[in-house]
Amino acid sequence: MAAEHYDAIVVGSGITGGLAAKELTERGLRTLVLERGRNVTHGVDYTAATTPPWKIAHRGMATRELVAEYPVLRRARLAYEPNAAFWADEHDCPYVEKKPFEWLRGYQVGGRSLTWGRHCYRWSDVDFEANAIEGVGVDWPIRYRDIAPWYDHVERFIGVSGSAEGLPHLPDGQFLPPMELNVVEKDVAARIRQRWNERRLIIGRIANLTQQHNGRGPCQYRDKCWLGCPYGAYYSTQSASLPAAAATGKLTLRPFSIVRELRYDRDRKRATGVSVLDAETQQQIEYTANVVFLCASTFNSAWILMNSATDVWPDGLGSSSGELGHNVIDHHFRAGASGRVEGFEDRYTYGRRPCGFYVPRFRNLGAERRDYVRGFAYQGSASRQEWTRDVAELGIGAPLKAELTEPGPWTIGMTGFGETLPYHDNRVTLDKTRKDKWGLPVLAFDCRIRDNERRMRQDMMHDAAEMLEAAGVKEVRPSDGSYTFGESIHEMGTARMGNDPKTSVLNGNNQVWDAPNVFVTDGACMASSSCVNPSLTYMALTARAVEFATRQLASRDL
Amino acid sequence: MNRRAAIARLLGITGTLAIGADAFLSGCSRATPARKRAFSPTDVALMDEIGDTIIPATDTPGAKAAGIGAFMASMAIDCYDDASFASLYDGLGAIDAACRRDAGTSFMSATPAQRTTLLDKLDAEQRATSRRRTDGEAPHYFRLMKELTLLGYFSSEIGCTQALRYVEAPGAYRGDVPYHKGERAWFNPTRRV
Repeated sequence: MAAEHYDAIVVGSGITGGLAAKELTERGLRTLVLERGRNVTHGVDYTAATTPPWKIAHRGMATRELVAEYPVLRRARLAYEPNAAFWADEHDCPYVEKKPFEWLRGYQVGGRSLTWGRHCYRWSDVDFEANAIEGVGVDWPIRYRDIAPWYDHVERFIGVSGSAEGLPHLPDGQFLPPMELNVVEKDVAARIRQRWNERRLIIGRIANLTQQHNGRGPCQYRDKCWLGCPYGAYYSTQSASLPAAAATGKLTLRPFSIVRELRYDRDRKRATGVSVLDAETQQQIEYTANVVFLCASTFNSAWILMNSATDVWPDGLGSSSGELGHNVIDHHFRAGASGRVEGFEDRYTYGRRPCGFYVPRFRNLGAERRDYVRGFAYQGSASRQEWTRDVAELGIGAPLKAELTEPGPWTIGMTGFGETLPYHDNRVTLDKTRKDKWGLPVLAFDCRIRDNERRMRQDMMHDAAEMLEAAGVKEVRPSDGSYTFGESIHEMGTARMGNDPKTSVLNGNNQVWDAPNVFVTDGACMASSSCVNPSLTYMALTARAVEFATRQLASRDL
Repeated sequence: MNRRAAIARLLGITGTLAIGADAFLSGCSRATPARKRAFSPTDVALMDEIGDTIIPATDTPGAKAAGIGAFMASMAIDCYDDASFASLYDGLGAIDAACRRDAGTSFMSATPAQRTTLLDKLDAEQRATSRRRTDGEAPHYFRLMKELTLLGYFSSEIGCTQALRYVEAPGAYRGDVPYHKGERAWFNPTRRV
């Protein structure tokens, strides 16, 4: 039987796959989206989204059974029964930890766009130029001016609420009205700015809608985003890009489709399509296409490349550079400070804001040179303590109950998200001795942070504590809660972009050097990590690459 | 638990009691059949009374009305590691024995005042032992009972809607509203621990 043919194939349906599908179909391409996991229907499959707290099984505490099923999720402190179905089955899909690594995957339609943190920040040329200036890794083949219009394009579509701040290193975007800092956060923000004019404490820029936008939302301030939003008030594949793609009539979505490899024509130096293993029936199916977008998530896109064209390159398509699987990056985090805020006992908040505040990077900008390169940003929040607080002087009984039914003192805390450098020997490899449920080889992880990150963590603790103290916060406690590679779920690298096929896997348009009709636009393409949350940049690169691909197809250059 | 909740817990900004932070961490197998049968109706009734002494009925119903005994049993069976389970289970006998020694009667027949006196003493004891507890050592049984009582009560329908306030869809966020002493706190499903 002849393979079914499409104009374009998108592998993966998460934050980049969903957007690639929308962009490709809207540009007129008949597009097949292949998703390895099950379908998740918007609204219908958000099974716990409107369950009242008292009907949540075990009130949200992890059962022994859940911990046994999701040991990595448990390690990352994310095991939560009501949304466990949005995370990959860890027994069906094992991996090898040569060094500790937390790989947190969402194997379903929508991927991790259902559970993401939704913070959206633009990169600036401080980020794009850092590798070149410091001689780290390879230079980015693009600069801010190349991606800025695509940030605009993506922000207008997904809807990002936030405040314009005029910071050159954290460019403003196409914002919906910002959410509000609370009374304590505003006070702390003002005091920090009084002491350090260049430091800002601003509301998070997040893909939650503060007003109706493209027929979605607005946010109801339930703060249950990670269960799926029946209002479509945060951006996900389901809430926005899949409906847009479906509306074109050019979308075919096929769940339970594990892409085993790209089919490669060594004479034409082009991919001809993909080979799919049906996750339910084990059937092998072939699809052909003019272009393929790998949006399978950082490590799975690398995995597919490693398993492709092995007759030409034993280590896979893109390995001719010697960089495929290398330069794994994640943001190191969980170092910061917290403390108790005096006063404001007569102030409170209403509603459950689905984000906290953000302190943009302020280190190593301009002429400053710390004993490490790059920088970090903080996320945090202030709130009144809840019934979980300890009240030492009240043991048990009516006085304890009376106290805990009222809001407690205000507290504030923030944790840094730091840039990790792209080290060549932080890498993933195929372990052919270990197989997953489908008999496919698994990935082995060998990644660690080094001195640059460790020195940065000292500042992440110290600077947070110093700012809180300057803001009058009491009992300030710096803390380093330890960090495991992968834990921030900002994994990047493995197929970096660059200017030279000898040192990079992808060119400046996200094309695989050795197969120009294969585009990798998820986190795999990143040549460095900045310290900002990465999804918005992946999406902008995706939209940019789709526009390039469709132009090339039209002029028959692909 | 979401990312932000996990960070909040790390930073200790939601409070320091940290409900179940010890006992819930290390579970690693399914509940055994023996464990599932461990608590008798008498045990559940005893846990109801213990919970109701920790969080009694006042102008709002107490922990017993929120079904705290059955809640404690199910949480211990499904969530606790073996050491914490044993600590809690053995604690039921220990409480009754202590009551007989101190008040000359079983916990079930003790007066509210006798119960409160005993549990206040046990609370001081668990505080002292928790401070010097080493890694791997099971938490004091009364710490577990108190944690489960607070969690079970405040996240129950009675707790959320009578002792505290809860709305499913607030529809807005306001970061600066007046608060008058005595007004109930909002229940926040985001940050349990």
